[in-house]
Parts: sequence; structure tokens; C-alpha cells
Amino acid sequence: MAFYDSLFDSLGLREWCGAGDKGGPMTMAELLAKSKGTTATEETSALTLPFPSLDNLHAACEAIPRTRDMTSGVENFFLSIKSSLQFVLDPLTQPLSWLLDGSIWLFIAMPWWLLIGITLVAVYWITRSRASTILVAVTWLFLAFIDHYDYAVQTMAIIFICTGLSVLFGVPIGIAMSKNDRLQKAVIPVLDMLQTLPSFVYLIPLIFLFSVTESKLYGIAIILYAIVPVIRLTDLGIRLVDQDIIEAANAFGMTARQKLLSVELPLALPNIMAGVNQTIMMSLAMVVIASLVSAPGLGVLVLRGINNLELGVGLVSGFCIVILAILLDRVSKATLARVDVSQDS
Amino acid sequence: MTANVKVSIKNLYKIFGPAPESVLEHAKNGVDKASLLDQHGHVLGLKDINIDMKDGEITVIMGLSGSGKSTLIRHFNRLIEPTDGQILIDGVDVMTLSADDLRKMRQADMSMVFQKFALLPHKTVLENAGTALRVRGFKAEEADVEARKWLDRVGLAGFEDHYPHQLSGGMQQRVGIARALTSNSAVMLMDEAFSALDPLIRTDMQDLLLELQKELHKTIIFISHDLDEALKLADHLVILKDGEVIQQGEPQNILLNPSDPYIEDFVSDINRSRVLRVRSVMQPLKEAASSTAGNVDYNDTLEDVISHSDGDTTKVYLVMHEGEPVGTLCMKDLVRALVPRVPSEESIRS
Repeated sequence: MAFYDSLFDSLGLREWCGAGDKGGPMTMAELLAKSKGTTATEETSALTLPFPSLDNLHAACEAIPRTRDMTSGVENFFLSIKSSLQFVLDPLTQPLSWLLDGSIWLFIAMPWWLLIGITLVAVYWITRSRASTILVAVTWLFLAFIDHYDYAVQTMAIIFICTGLSVLFGVPIGIAMSKNDRLQKAVIPVLDMLQTLPSFVYLIPLIFLFSVTESKLYGIAIILYAIVPVIRLTDLGIRLVDQDIIEAANAFGMTARQKLLSVELPLALPNIMAGVNQTIMMSLAMVVIASLVSAPGLGVLVLRGINNLELGVGLVSGFCIVILAILLDRVSKATLARVDVSQDS
Repeated sequence: MTANVKVSIKNLYKIFGPAPESVLEHAKNGVDKASLLDQHGHVLGLKDINIDMKDGEITVIMGLSGSGKSTLIRHFNRLIEPTDGQILIDGVDVMTLSADDLRKMRQADMSMVFQKFALLPHKTVLENAGTALRVRGFKAEEADVEARKWLDRVGLAGFEDHYPHQLSGGMQQRVGIARALTSNSAVMLMDEAFSALDPLIRTDMQDLLLELQKELHKTIIFISHDLDEALKLADHLVILKDGEVIQQGEPQNILLNPSDPYIEDFVSDINRSRVLRVRSVMQPLKEAASSTAGNVDYNDTLEDVISHSDGDTTKVYLVMHEGEPVGTLCMKDLVRALVPRVPSEESIRS
């Protein structure tokens, strides 16, 4: 009946094929064919030659698995290692939940004037730029004025923690990569994958592993997505340090540690800071998507706008995200400019 | 003689390529650079180098680009590992040092000045000058005292808090020299230290180096591609071509007795009257010279004597050295010495 019947017959595999049981639900194609009341009778010509895919081969030979058996196989495999993964990952990542919950609680609990004051002082201290500080002040006051202050603070708290952890892990990984060509070759495909995976796909295995109510779920997703640029640019920055200067460092007998701390890292700093800037931007992008898995903040409003078709809510919160992005970008770029200033030669 | 040899290189070979050891034998058996590359795929960087550098002298290693001079200088502190041979510093073979001892040697016994300065751009001039001491673990204040002293000595007092990019090339290289001096090492390696500077500044820097050397008596190994510079600075001149030493010795001697057409061609472009000195062309004093036109110093250049004589080639001068008469100088000999021994038409460079 099926196209490839004759193939299996001629190969003398009919016995082996029949051994497969005919169980399992029907495919969508079979269901459709059945509902139309027509049994599939194909004409065999080169024009209608079906691709020998798993499903088509299965039609001729029961022993060959269908495509959906494969996807359910992947699922079963994941479910079978789930408990052991959970056993290891759960306690390891628990501090992330505490950090996120703690910082969100702290930022919200702080009186608004104190938080804004601390932010302004910190921004001025880091950037030494009056323009950036004024920009931050205006942005905060605007957000507070339109009653988006709490959401914005939650978003900022998440970004603060996730960027911090990305730098904490990313810079050492980048340093290790710059020192070891084989490690670099091994890590780069992983980074490529992390960067190209659609952001929603991150969430799927994480939802299985952790409960959706736990904050580490979105924390991990954000960090995985945002850590890539800081790793890449740390690696690049250290590799780009002027070889003449490295040679001078060697000629004066610096130890590997002295070289790293007093030559390589300071000279790579502009690149590392560019990576941090990208990391901040990417965590902001991800924190919106992460609202699907209960991440608090402005993303929740965007989601509400989509779900309930509340156009105004969605657009205003989207606009708030844009001005947060501008703010974060300007502040980190001002820091970069300050780091850079003593270095142009 | 051997007692005051400070740095010595014996039978040094450097071969670049995937498996240098495997072709070392061929190189030792005299296979030349071109066929080593053709038949074995390896580049012969340095071939059988033997140089003795005496304590307190300036040894200039001269060669055109590609002659291996920058490769050679990096062997002294093992920034480049030799394929074969010995590098002795005060009789200790650098090749036998452990990584730790090598680092200590680089910190304390050798300092280096680079063609492109290689200062740390994010540190001030003062911090840069004190690099060697800071690396050795001195406190910042102690390093600064020493660094300030040497910055002052090279003429950079008042620039301590500037950053390198705020200084001109010549000033940056002064920082480079101060950095090397602050380490207080006996050996200084200078890799084309003045090549990146414009001619007037270069002359200034050469004078500065000679002036410092008069006081400090360091063992300086200086790389240069400029024969005028080499002749001005060198106590001992080594001429390198295609990774081989083709002549070494006292510069005046090389100038007057080139051993190779390559060197003859090289020296033919030199302003000989400014480089050659009375001591190289005078006759040793046999009897008390009677009719001398005056006294000249042992270390005067021929140019000085010519201007003294007003161009009169019949004059004979008495040569004085530290107040004693040591020889006579006929103007005829002087004029003869000004003409290169072989005319440069048979130029091998063209």
C-alpha cells in the first residue's frame, strides 16, 4: 500500500518489519486521511516520489520509528536524567534565588528618595560625568512620576544581580580562554550556540528542571544569554594587548600573575567594559522575555498588554524599557570612556 | 682577557620551523640558509654565533633588517629560546636556569630598552620608570625615589605625573632608558632603541647614552641598523648578515680593514673623516719627532685635524695621549685613509 513497500519486500526485510507492533496513536496525516474517508492510494511515479523520511518509511515498515517517536525519545531521555540533574543543580543554584529575591526585596523596601540618591551618587562616582548623572535623575523621576517606579526597580534589581554574576563568571572564563587555545576552540561553539538559540528555547528545559515560581529559573536564563559578550570580549581584549608591551613585561621578569593584573587586565579593560555594556543590554532584553516565567518588572506589564490587548499599558511599559536601556547604555559607555581616557596613545 | 668578559655567546644556533632539532645537524654541517628552507622547510635564523662582550663596554650588533639582530638580542634574556648553543652571563649558562631563576635574572641582572618604547600606557611616567623595582617587590615609595632619581638624570624632571602618550617619542624613550637604569642591572639590552626617533633627537639620545656610560660603565648590548650610530657608540662592533657574524672587532679597525666585500660596500658610504680617529692612522713614535706642525689628541677625529691643518697635506703632527707624545701623524696618511680601500662600483647591494 505504501510507496516504499516494494523496497522492503525486495530487500527481504518484510519479516523484520512485521515484527514492529502497530501500537501508538495515529499521525496527523493518518487522522486527516481517515476523516476524509479516503484510504491513501498513491500512484507511484517519479513526480510523486515521497522523501524517504522516517514517517514515510514507517508507513511501509512498522519497525522503523516515526519522527514523533524521536521527539518523545528526547523528552523521555530528558525526563529520565531530570531528577539527578535536579539533585545537583538545585542546591548549586539556590543562592541565585536568594540573591534575586533578596535584592528585589531590598530595592523595593528602600525609600524611593534613598534609592534614587544612592544611584545618583554611585553613577557620578563611576562615570564622573555630570550629563549621565542628570540623565539618570530625570529617568528615575519620570518613571516614578508615571507610577512605574516599582516595576522599574524590580527590573533593575534583576539586571544588577544577573550582570554582576555574568561578570563574576565571564571574566575568569575569558581570561582562561585567552591563555589556552584549546579551551578557546572548545568554548567558542558553546558561546555561539548560547547566542543563537532563540531566547524562548532556553526556558523550556529550565521549566522542567525548576519550579516556575522560583526566581533562579529566570536568573539562569538571563545569565546564560547575557554572559556571552563579556566572555568573548575579555578573551579578545587580552589577546589584543600589544605584544611589545607583553614582551617588555616578560623582559622585566614579571610573574604570570603580575602580568595579568598590572598589564593584561588594565589594557584589556576597554574591551571588557564594552563586553559588560553588551551584557547589560542583553540582560535587559532577556528580562522582558523572562516575564513569561514569572520574572517581575516591566516585562510583566508588556505581557499584560499582549495578553489582554491593553495597548496603552503595553506601549508605555515598552517605552519605559527603552529609556531604561538608554540609561544603562549611556552610563556604561560613560564608564568606558573614563577607563579609556588614560590609554589612547 | 677572559676575566672581564661579562656576557658570552657560544655556538648559538636558532632555527625556526616545525621541528628545528631535526635539521640542526644539517645547519651545523654548513647547509646554507636558502637550501635549508628549500629542502627542509626550516628558516635558519642564527648560525654559529660567537661573541664575547666585555664588562663596561658597548657592544653594537649591526645588520640590515632580516639579518637576525633582533632575534639575537632576545636570546640574551631568553625571550627567544635558542635551538642550540650557550649563553653565559658571568660564567653562568642562562640555558640551565629554572623558570624562577630566569625571572630573577631578568628582574635584577638585565634590563631592556625597546624600539617601540613599550611603556605601560595606563601608568604614569614615574610608575613606568619604577617598573623593575615594583616587579621585584619593592614598596611603591622606594621604587619612586629611585625612579625619580633616574628620570631626573635623563632630563625628565617634572614629567613624573604625565602619561606616556602625553610625551614625544624622544621623551618616551628617555622614560624607557630611565626604566632600564632604575633596575640597576649590570647589563642593558637596547633593541634598536633610537631607530624610531628622528635624526636630531637620535643624536641627542646617543650623546645621552655615551654620557651616562662614562659614569655608569654598564655592559650595553646595542642593536642598530645604522652604521653611523654603530660607529659612534661601539667599543666592539659585530656585523651580522643573514644570521651569521661576518666581522667583529674594534670599529676603527673594521672601517680600515673590512674583511668582506659586503662590509666594504657598507663602509664606503660613511663619512670617514668624522668617524676615524687619529689613533687609527698615526705612526707609533719611533724617535723624537723634530719638525711637527703642532699637537693633536690621540682621540681627535680626522675632521678635527683637517680643520686644524687648513688643508695643507705636507704637515706632520705630534699625537698626544694623556699628556704624553705617543706618535706622529702625516697628513698624507690621513688623506689616504679617507679613501675607501675598494671603490664601491662593485657594489653587492645593488
